[in-house]
Amino acid sequence: MLIKQPDDIPRSEITPESFYQERRRFIRNGVNLMIATTVGVTNTTLFSAPVVAIGVNPTAAIKLPIDFPHLKPNTFSITEKLTPFDKITAYANFYEFGTDKSDPQHYAQQLTTRPWSVQVVGEVEKPGVIDMEEILSQFTLEERIYRLRCVEGWSMVIPWAGFSLSELIKRFQPTSKAKYVQFFSLFDPNQMPGQEHYFLNWPYTEGLRIDEAMHPLTILSVGLYGRVLPHENGAPLRLVVPWKYGFKSIKSIVKMRFMEQEPLTSWVEAEPRAYGFYANVNPTVPHPRWSQKKERRIGEFFKRRTLMFNGYAEQVSSLYTDMDLRKYY
Amino acid sequence: MLITGLLPLIFLIVGLITEHLGANPAEMIIHETGQWALRLLMLTLGITPLVQITGWSVLTVRYNLRRLLGLYAFFYASLHLLSYLVFEQNFDWQEIINDMLTRPALDIGWLAFILMIPLTITSYPNLTHQLSRRRWQQLHQLIYLISISAIVHLGWLAQAKVDVREPLIYATILLILLLLRYPPIIKRLAHKNMTSSKK
Repeated sequence: MLIKQPDDIPRSEITPESFYQERRRFIRNGVNLMIATTVGVTNTTLFSAPVVAIGVNPTAAIKLPIDFPHLKPNTFSITEKLTPFDKITAYANFYEFGTDKSDPQHYAQQLTTRPWSVQVVGEVEKPGVIDMEEILSQFTLEERIYRLRCVEGWSMVIPWAGFSLSELIKRFQPTSKAKYVQFFSLFDPNQMPGQEHYFLNWPYTEGLRIDEAMHPLTILSVGLYGRVLPHENGAPLRLVVPWKYGFKSIKSIVKMRFMEQEPLTSWVEAEPRAYGFYANVNPTVPHPRWSQKKERRIGEFFKRRTLMFNGYAEQVSSLYTDMDLRKYY
Repeated sequence: MLITGLLPLIFLIVGLITEHLGANPAEMIIHETGQWALRLLMLTLGITPLVQITGWSVLTVRYNLRRLLGLYAFFYASLHLLSYLVFEQNFDWQEIINDMLTRPALDIGWLAFILMIPLTITSYPNLTHQLSRRRWQQLHQLIYLISISAIVHLGWLAQAKVDVREPLIYATILLILLLLRYPPIIKRLAHKNMTSSKK
């Protein structure tokens, strides 16, 4: 049960819904135009056929206009049935907006996603800041249809729009001391009502070992179903690491830090016995309070077996040879 | 009155048919049936202080509201357990037993359910008379243990362990209901017609 704090914003300062919708449309059109002009020059796939969301007709199901009509297909994409757009947006863990699965959709809409930039610090030759518009214009966006397995025991199949994290990392030239990378979400309790409560030690932080971060499966996502990433799913920029539990895939990223030591992450800090740094999907290692053998695919009633590394064992198991995955859960 | 207790179930069925139970209807059914079992337990425990404070003895004497609410609590607890067996485990008994062996939070839920069975059986009027009034009352004291178990079950299972507000609210309600059974408190609050009826 969520007891809402009274708003401390005067009524006069709240943007009317119609205004806000208009502005969103304006921004979206602006982003579209920008992608069409800047990406169009560098992206040879501009004139190729749209590859958005194989197997469904997104325009029929989703009322939003397509923002990324020319996503490059990717061979890592799976062919399982996609989770519908409205379920992906209505059912999310994003504690910055509350602990209920429906809270993000209710409370994330006022999040300001422009201007937005990501600060890169730590063990890199060229520390700096990269702007969201730069990210959208400089990297070729691909469609990556991945499984997402939440540590709570549910899963989805999501057609992300994104690019390999390794491409971004290379630009900042990590030094030989960069063994790990730490990620930070936005901290702004004015926009994120959940941050007024101490559910986690804000800001939300996550981390990857450098080889995990450089792995070709690991992406930064800016959209899903060919649309700009909905606020409730981590706009404007989030991590997606499909062989790890969903909480590793940190949302609304504002900062990355390269470091030599393994960083402490929010969930490890909150409950180290239950949540580890690695958090690889592993049906043989139970959570202290529930089994991880099965999962419920959203849209289905009965549970299915959970796959080792969420079905990506072929691609990632070599990262963990000689590691006791019971110890490094 | 009798029909009102079915409303949560009707809402769940209608919601299921019309796809209004959210993205994870199985989870919603498990959660809501458990929530209603707990809410009804709290309501059952609320009847005695309510009658003592207001003097509306008609609620217990004529309508036997406490019994009705208790039976509904058992009804929703049964649906809750059934939905766990169906949706979580698909009647895979090996997994169900494995869950019992490894998840104490579930065991406390089982305990609460099992303890409700004798109370339900002895709520049947013909069987009520098989027991002396005193024995019946002693047996029905189990409702306190059942309520505590149910709240611990909820709190322990809260997937977001970082957010324990919901079980804390139930615990607070239970604490108030228990305080209202503490003789010095209820003596001060009780309706004048009621002061002599209970020790």
